[in-house]
Amino acid sequence: MKKNANSDKKTPLTLDKIARQAKAEDMEKWDLRLYVAGQTPRSVAAFANLKRICEEHLAGRYNIEVIDLIKHPQLAAGDQIVAIPTLVRKLPQPIRKIVGDLRDTDRALVGLQLRPGKN
Amino acid sequence: MAKPSTLPKALTGIQGLDEITQGGLPRGRPTLICGSAGCGKTLLAMEFLIRGATEYGEPGVFMPFEENAEELAQNVRSLGFDLGKLIKQKKLLIDFVKVERNEIEETGDYDLEGLFIRLNAAIESIGAKRVVLDTIETLFSGLQNEGILRAELRRLFRWLKDKGVTAVITGERGEGKLTRRGLEEYVSDCVILLDHRVTEQVSTRRMRIVKYRGTTHGTNEYPFLIDEDGFSVLPITSLGLKHQVSNERVSSGVERLDTMLGGKGYYRGSTILVSGTAGTGKTSIAAHFVRAACERGERSLYFTFEESPGQMIRNMRSIGVDLGKYVKKDLLQIHSSRATFYGLEMHLAMIHKLVQQKKPDVVVLDPVGALMHAGTERDANAMLIRLIDFLKLNQITAMLLNLTTAGESLEHSDVDISSIVDSWLLLRDIEIGGERNRAMYVLKSRGMRHSNQLREYLITDQGLDLLDVYVGPEGVLTGSARISLEARERAAALAIQQEAEGRERDRQRKREALEARILAMRKEFEIEEVERAVVASQEVTRLEGLQQNRRTMALSRQADEGNGIARTNKKRGSR
Repeated sequence: MKKNANSDKKTPLTLDKIARQAKAEDMEKWDLRLYVAGQTPRSVAAFANLKRICEEHLAGRYNIEVIDLIKHPQLAAGDQIVAIPTLVRKLPQPIRKIVGDLRDTDRALVGLQLRPGKN
Repeated sequence: MAKPSTLPKALTGIQGLDEITQGGLPRGRPTLICGSAGCGKTLLAMEFLIRGATEYGEPGVFMPFEENAEELAQNVRSLGFDLGKLIKQKKLLIDFVKVERNEIEETGDYDLEGLFIRLNAAIESIGAKRVVLDTIETLFSGLQNEGILRAELRRLFRWLKDKGVTAVITGERGEGKLTRRGLEEYVSDCVILLDHRVTEQVSTRRMRIVKYRGTTHGTNEYPFLIDEDGFSVLPITSLGLKHQVSNERVSSGVERLDTMLGGKGYYRGSTILVSGTAGTGKTSIAAHFVRAACERGERSLYFTFEESPGQMIRNMRSIGVDLGKYVKKDLLQIHSSRATFYGLEMHLAMIHKLVQQKKPDVVVLDPVGALMHAGTERDANAMLIRLIDFLKLNQITAMLLNLTTAGESLEHSDVDISSIVDSWLLLRDIEIGGERNRAMYVLKSRGMRHSNQLREYLITDQGLDLLDVYVGPEGVLTGSARISLEARERAAALAIQQEAEGRERDRQRKREALEARILAMRKEFEIEEVERAVVASQEVTRLEGLQQNRRTMALSRQADEGNGIARTNKKRGSR
């Protein structure tokens, strides 16, 4: 809750709204996209880290799509990919991006706007 | 084209830039263009791509980090570039890279492979030879890990080199550094600095090549301008001295001035400098010249930095030159603007534009010195030289008026262009006997025999009038001194004439007297003749008388045949 309040500073929301949002989020489907460039140790690590976080917090309601830009370079522009690896949270809205191999779980959760310990 | 030892270069196609870089940017290497906000970095980069695509057949990729494709297209549309068409023709590709810090969280290691892949894909898709990254430093505000960024940028520039594309990277000017994030550390082949400077409230854009590894280049600061034809740098010598020359002569509009100029006036397409102190009639001379041009049916453009068109027409009417009617006929356009109204490069742009629109045969700048207020002396010189080259190239006869400040050497134009003008008329005051009078002379006039005399001239209601030269003991006489000398000369001439007449009269009298004497002597002679005849006849008569008397006496004495009578008888008897 503490972290959430912290991150919500950017968009002022009333407590009421936050509560409603939180409830809605619990039901939401998560659509995640991980952009990598080839099977580098870093992308492998990123995928492993992502998988772990999702299993921990979003079990059963997430979907990970891995996009290898070496195979599909034209897909990079759509999500404005610059850094590799980049995780894009397509759903729920709004779009969030996390760059890096996700080894810092706390920061990854902040980036995904997931409240730890909720699930 | 280039010697093997010199660096291969890619022409930019940008007016003037290829001259100062001596052939363009280093081919296959990145070039850094830095400068403060609004100095034209993006435009320069964009024009580099557009010219490459349209003129040199080198497609280009533009990767903006700040503006998207539509915004860019809009920005350059005002400069006459149609990006949409180029994109359709696959000559140009714009890939907007947006990095929003507030959408991005960083966790752990990463690299910029995504950017590389995108750039690579873009380059491959159109076979690009040129790449622009505008402004890659934006990445620093989007991503936090500076260590990674720096390493990746270093890798990027290396990669661009390996890729063999000619790249332009723009960077914002930083405090005490060329760029905020020290990009110059990575891009070390060629660095161009753009500058937008305000000096005395007038802004001028300037460019300097800070470094260009492996080649010589112009090291000065060059003014540049951005107008509807894009970017143009103004290297002084860029136009070279290759303009055509004309042997045609055009009248100066003042008959006796033409006589001073080898009898025919100026050369068409030449540059004439008219300099003089205040009130010596520079504008009047220009007005005569313009009138002569308009009378020949030629178009004239008159740029004045001091008077409004109305004021100018009124003032010139007072000396009998009606410019108004030529303005009405659209033969003459008077363009007034304060020199300080905008910077030098805008003046130059404006003059260029109007000259290209109106295609005049004659251009007058009145006075060129005023342009100095719009910039520094150096800039003004550079601009004027450039302008003169431009006008010469277009076979336009240019007249530059220049005010000489009192106390300065007269043979010095305050904008130092005296060496590049073809003809130079110097107008000056001559102070003699408590008055100032105007005099002019032709200080130089290339390619023609010109008068070396200092000529006094008057500005009358009917215009300019050159007077005869009177040289007195102290030099040329003008004004009252001239008038008094004229009077003295007239008096002297009269005296000589009267004297001659007197002498003639004397001779006549003498002749008459002589003739009278001759006549008298002849008469005397005749009388004498007559008398002599009378005396002679009397003598004969007396002789005869004597003989008669003797005969008579002899007869009377009945003398025998004596001396006389006997003989007479004998003779008679022998008969």
